[in-house]
Amino acid sequence: MKAAVIVFPGSNCDRDVQVALRQSMGREPLMVWHKETDFDAVDLIVLPGGFSYGDYLRCGAMAANSPVMKEVVARAAKGVAVLGICNGFQMLTETGLLPGVLMRNADLRFVCRDVGIKVETSQSVFTSRYEQGEAIRIPVAHHDGNYFADEDTLSALEDRGQIAFRYCDADGTVTPQANPNGSQRNIAGVYNEAKTVLGLMPHPERLADPKLGGNDGRPIFDGLVEALS
Amino acid sequence: MKARVHVTLKNGVLDPQGKAIEQALGALGFGGVEEVRQGKVIEFSLQESDPAKARADVEAMCQKLLANTVIENYAIELDG
Repeated sequence: MKAAVIVFPGSNCDRDVQVALRQSMGREPLMVWHKETDFDAVDLIVLPGGFSYGDYLRCGAMAANSPVMKEVVARAAKGVAVLGICNGFQMLTETGLLPGVLMRNADLRFVCRDVGIKVETSQSVFTSRYEQGEAIRIPVAHHDGNYFADEDTLSALEDRGQIAFRYCDADGTVTPQANPNGSQRNIAGVYNEAKTVLGLMPHPERLADPKLGGNDGRPIFDGLVEALS
Repeated sequence: MKARVHVTLKNGVLDPQGKAIEQALGALGFGGVEEVRQGKVIEFSLQESDPAKARADVEAMCQKLLANTVIENYAIELDG
């Protein structure tokens, strides 16, 4: 598998993703600066977390209109896998590659801690190494992770199996108490219709090495390498 | 020509920041304040002098960047 990590001014998880990918791929991912308009063919594009362009106007809005993003959108349309983590998820909703929007957390606080998330399906290139319904522990760190979409959109997401992860307690039960930011239906991550694009607020790259306190994020990267090689 | 764009949250979209402002106003003793909604105002100058063209341009700017129409409405004011 070949992968590219897009680097924006204000990205701060690009190198964490680079390390996680290197570990699973056994080779270096391409690091692509936001001003590039073309880059080598890859099987996976990662939009990393951070505060691209200082979160000006709306989180992800400037990045969504940056030069490199036209290419990302064009490749996503051709079926190239795209993974957006945290700020990357916000970019994906701003480009329209994913439905909905990520609003300010309901309690207005920046939330930075491990949360439980339930894997809604293992039928995707991102989650094939998990069991359906499995509860995993992944850190979140965001101020704007409150997923919102209108009722029709939410129903369509449910019907098509596009909800990737939901916030849950330790045994996998989806409860209001387990929801760290007010997201509708406890949504922590969503797919596009073809399940080739995934956006999620939690950071799997931050728990992809036991030395860092856990390994629950690693299967995403291992699964991608297996599916896309 | 000057343009002013008001971006506001659509009805039905929860506004936690508006709620916090409402509570703070209540705590300051301003009673009877309800339904606070926070938005933004974006101002700029345009070289275009034809009002119809200017409005069409600003409309496109709102659609493409200035507002996220999933959750936000926008209103355009042109002056001069």
